[in-house]
Amino acid sequence: MLKKQAYVAGGSPEAYDEMLQADGTPRPQYAELTRWLEGQTRDGFRHKQQEADAIFRRSGITFAVYGDAAASERLIPFDLIPRILAASEWRFLQRGIEQRVRALNTFLYDIYHRQEIVRAGRIPAEMVTGNSAFLPEMMGFDPPRNVYAHIIGTDIVRTGAGGFFVLEDNLRTPSGVSYMLENREAMMRLFPELFAAHRVAQIEQYPELLRQTLESVAPAQCDGDPTIAVLTPGMFNSAYFEHAFLADQMGVELVMGSDLIVEDGALFMRTIRGREQVHVLYRRIDDDFIDPLNFRADSLLGVPGLFDLYRAGKVTLVNAPGTGIADDKAIYAYVPEIVEFYTGEKPILNNVPTFRCAVDDECTHVLDNLQDLVVKEVHGSGGYGMLIGPHASKMQRREFASRIQANPSNYIAQPTLSLSTCPSFESNGIGPRHVDLRPFVLVGDQIRITPGGLTRVALKKGSLVVNSSQGGGTKDTWVLED
Amino acid sequence: MRIAISHQSEYTYDRDGGTTVQALRLSPPRHAGQSIEHWRISAPGIETAARYTDAFGNVVHLIASNGEAGPLRVAAEGVVHTTDTAGIVGLTDEAASPAVYLRETRLTKPSAAIAALAQSVHVHSHGVTDEMNTLHGLMATLHAQVAYEISSTHAATSAAEAFAGKRGVCQDHAHIFLSAARQLGIPSRYVTGYLLTDGADAEAAHHAWAEALVPHLGWVGFDPANKTCPTERYIRLAVGLDAAIAAPIRGVRRGPGAETLVVTVAVRQAGEQAPQQ
Repeated sequence: MLKKQAYVAGGSPEAYDEMLQADGTPRPQYAELTRWLEGQTRDGFRHKQQEADAIFRRSGITFAVYGDAAASERLIPFDLIPRILAASEWRFLQRGIEQRVRALNTFLYDIYHRQEIVRAGRIPAEMVTGNSAFLPEMMGFDPPRNVYAHIIGTDIVRTGAGGFFVLEDNLRTPSGVSYMLENREAMMRLFPELFAAHRVAQIEQYPELLRQTLESVAPAQCDGDPTIAVLTPGMFNSAYFEHAFLADQMGVELVMGSDLIVEDGALFMRTIRGREQVHVLYRRIDDDFIDPLNFRADSLLGVPGLFDLYRAGKVTLVNAPGTGIADDKAIYAYVPEIVEFYTGEKPILNNVPTFRCAVDDECTHVLDNLQDLVVKEVHGSGGYGMLIGPHASKMQRREFASRIQANPSNYIAQPTLSLSTCPSFESNGIGPRHVDLRPFVLVGDQIRITPGGLTRVALKKGSLVVNSSQGGGTKDTWVLED
Repeated sequence: MRIAISHQSEYTYDRDGGTTVQALRLSPPRHAGQSIEHWRISAPGIETAARYTDAFGNVVHLIASNGEAGPLRVAAEGVVHTTDTAGIVGLTDEAASPAVYLRETRLTKPSAAIAALAQSVHVHSHGVTDEMNTLHGLMATLHAQVAYEISSTHAATSAAEAFAGKRGVCQDHAHIFLSAARQLGIPSRYVTGYLLTDGADAEAAHHAWAEALVPHLGWVGFDPANKTCPTERYIRLAVGLDAAIAAPIRGVRRGPGAETLVVTVAVRQAGEQAPQQ
């Protein structure tokens, strides 16, 4: 039997426990799961864990870790205990995320047109047009439905007393949605009784909604049914599994740059049925690499002239090139301003306080308080190139300080957040582990947010790094319906 | 002035079977001091080309040739009317905002020497820059310090490299000019076009210079290679942040064999006949 006392609330005194309240009783949305957990045996779970691994292995779901030659492909650890959000919590998150993605898309339209927000003096021009993530070539173009970021994975954390904060907006090519879907499928096979006992909001419609979203942003010049394709950099990319999975689930072609050709002012793919025009390209290749004619000339992954076709309205690129300016970590500090400027409303979801090393005073503060801060590269992602002050050695901090001094505008810093914890399996039973949440948002003819998202969990005791590239795992995420 | 232009580019490949995609910025714009009597681009696939106006106001045609044998010929020909505006183009209708023209590119990234050059020509009083005197000073200094020398640089030579070597062609003069002007906070851009010369010098007929955004005047041209503001002998073709972005023909070829390019540019005065129709 798994004893109740095996689980102690919270990872640290100040962390919010997702399952237990301060008095040790479960929160309402976890009541049923807590009862069920008490009825399970450790051996039973061990057996289920093996079964889960077998399911993931069979599905082919793997993740490549850069800089790890020994295990270039491996399973992301999966934790069997789901993370549960109450309906009211989800409604709040949904409203907050919707407000934020609407504002960020309006911001993108604005900065690639009249730049009202700069004229109004709310963001310095230097931060926008002087930013390396700003793409001047996008200026003056109206993408279908004026949508730039169609597929978004908003990273949300819950801290302290339980407030939600947005950590990153991820408007470029966010990944992880395949894990969300596979996790749910595995859980339904492993524990059907849990789904009988809970009203869990469905998520398996995601690929269909993704297809509808992509179809809804076909170029105006396309008058029939639009043809969609997913563009992958290839099987050596860490998210190749996901590219193949999504193409398969949507019933569309998965292509590489070499499968695409420009002809007669349009984009075509070579298929086993012959040449076929492509109207919407869900590209999972970074801006720099999509088109060697317009961007990095040495890219072999992209298609020469693809950007010209996009601007000529012959094909829609999803997400649009140049969306990176809106999830640039230096612009992040301005997102509350951005929300207010375009919606006239107060932001529903708060930002994490952020210090910009580009600003002298803030940089000094960062250098003086490195031991308490998390420092990130402005253009980095995936947990690469960051410093977790409290967990770093003196030497690592010194080394990082000189990097910041050499190029201050390349860094931002945030206080170390005590991420909320969720019960997770460990060698001795169940222990609290820090989690975040990445809900997946689709923006096309409407905004569609899949209930829940991907919960990432730092499986190492006390660790705050949830990135899969840094040893994090995942959990199934439930939104309970009223 | 009525000027006839013929701009031919012939690409030959020592083996057939490659694919070539080219973005053509070969459509001269209409604006104060420049009108188009007629203009025609001939190239394989031009009828079905994807066509759009880019962020800098250039009309772009995207053409592709997939495996056709034989040389690839791109020709632009026409007659353009010009008047002398002392280099003032005024405000042009493009999407890019003025601040965009302060961006650094690889080709225009300033070196310490260029920053020093910028400071040395900076004319200002009470913290306010006198753009016109600064830019004229920059043009004159550049003309004096950087020798015009064909083949001393190549297409990928940066402003910093050319300025360090103190020689270059019109592209290099323009890049150094942009780099220094942007250092002083003056939005500026690269212009590629044609120049009516007295000799039959093809190198000089295909020309490049710079434009800077001056308060109350709009865009004003400066040609540091010739130490003059553009006259009625200058025909503007395309603009951008640097030579790579404003290139009249930018292409990517994938396939076997080497490519040889022969460019012929003929610019001549076409007499004062009235425009046809």
